[in-house]
Amino acid sequence: MKKIINDPNQVVQDMIAGMIAAYPNALKQIPETTVITRSEAPVSGKVGLVSGGGSGHEPAHAGYVGKGMLDAAVAGEVFTSPTPDQIYEAIKAVDGGKGVFLIIKNYTGDVLNFEMAMELAEADGIQVEKVIVNDDVAVEDSSFTTGRRGIAGTVFVHKIAGAIAEQGASLEEVKTTAEKVVNQTRSMGMALSPCTVPAAGKPSFHLAENEMEIGIGIHGEAGIERKPVATADDIATELTEKVLMDMDLIGNEEVAVMINGLGATPEMELYIVNKKVHQLLAEKGIQVYKTFVGEYMTALEMTGCSVTLLKLDDKVKELLDAKSEAPAFRN
Amino acid sequence: MELQVKDTIQWLEKINEKIQQNKDYLTDLDQAIGDSDHGINMSRGFQEVVKQVNSKDYNTVSDVLKDTAMTLMSKVGGASGPLFGTAFLRFSMGIKGMDAVNQEAFAKGLEDAVAGIMQRGKATIGEKTMVDVWSPVADYFKETAKVQAEDVVYTAKNAMEQTKEIMATKGRASYFKEKSIGHIDPGAASSFYVFEALSEVIKEEE
Repeated sequence: MKKIINDPNQVVQDMIAGMIAAYPNALKQIPETTVITRSEAPVSGKVGLVSGGGSGHEPAHAGYVGKGMLDAAVAGEVFTSPTPDQIYEAIKAVDGGKGVFLIIKNYTGDVLNFEMAMELAEADGIQVEKVIVNDDVAVEDSSFTTGRRGIAGTVFVHKIAGAIAEQGASLEEVKTTAEKVVNQTRSMGMALSPCTVPAAGKPSFHLAENEMEIGIGIHGEAGIERKPVATADDIATELTEKVLMDMDLIGNEEVAVMINGLGATPEMELYIVNKKVHQLLAEKGIQVYKTFVGEYMTALEMTGCSVTLLKLDDKVKELLDAKSEAPAFRN
Repeated sequence: MELQVKDTIQWLEKINEKIQQNKDYLTDLDQAIGDSDHGINMSRGFQEVVKQVNSKDYNTVSDVLKDTAMTLMSKVGGASGPLFGTAFLRFSMGIKGMDAVNQEAFAKGLEDAVAGIMQRGKATIGEKTMVDVWSPVADYFKETAKVQAEDVVYTAKNAMEQTKEIMATKGRASYFKEKSIGHIDPGAASSFYVFEALSEVIKEEE
């Protein structure tokens, strides 16, 4: 393992200190925790938004903390959900009297820890609601599984729930809006090579030089199919078609597109994928309202990408366009 | 059997030793069907548990196990933190106030722990999870006239090995479907170490 770190056990704390040093006016850390909040938190009269998850997905999640987006992000160990006590601290720190809303990615650990924190906060008299993001179409939803994973589409949920909360919406309205975005967002990813978790010291899976994995999650966990590496156009087609198959787009509708890099994919390659995705959507008569190309939800230095589509309506468009001052999402 | 505070601390120390020795093995198991952090998380958690329970004076077994639970919840993360944390928390609640725990009380604690894990993880028996080790061990404690150290370890080991044959339908491993067959569940493996450690404590008493 070759990484620019000091001590594998200190990577999260060191990263947080570095983030605060980069944005001293916008962000602050709750002392003795791995929680980063907006510097002005709690904002009185506003629903507080908390997200989080394992570290290693930067700029998620702390990069999305800021006016117009999240109030706090809780960082777990690398690829490991944060613990209930930490999430509980975040909830308390952003409660401005109007309740707190949790955005959780559908991973067993995240759901369990956030739910326990929710119970702790409710016992304290804080009103808490949640949404579970499950945008990944690679993993089938059935009564036998814990359901689909939450991946890059989570960023759209942060953005849109953040915007409506900033407008002064109630906890119930934030929840309804977030649920709508979850229902209208689908993603699918692929990887060319694994990543190395610092504390593990070795790659988390193996792919031969000529292999790729389709349908991968954001922790390097297995996808649905391993096969020979294809061209960018073929990869883009496979991902987009799987995503579209699961959305009720009848054409002539508007979408936002996100081409997300998993940590080690050059922007050049992401744009090549984007070219094909746009072409495919145009062929089907689907209008692209806005495109996001870059690293939004990474998996350390994993090579690969994901394609996310969000079906838009006027309200969602307005919220997507609303001002955000989060370091990793400005508009 | 009778478990006192000092035996309980010894139990936790033995669990920690086993988890530390098998940290890489647990991570390898998790690499096959999970996200390869189980060994790392459990080793961090139990290291802290041992530090915690050696830093205080305790009057009851329940208090030791309650601190164990809280430490696991706040240090492990992932799915294992809440699940092992809940197991020890319910265990401690089931034996509240006793300064020593006999077999009957221990069986009650285990039964409560299993109910807690199942409720928190929304899992039941036969889903290739830690439930598949905790549940048969709890049954053994409840149904046996006099617990034998060797039977505890046999029950736990057999139960752990059986998870190999099951297709996962809960947790991260469920994404692997049929591919999960042939691999021991990491949570079941670390649960085995919990009961292997317990059997050693019981054996010293015999």
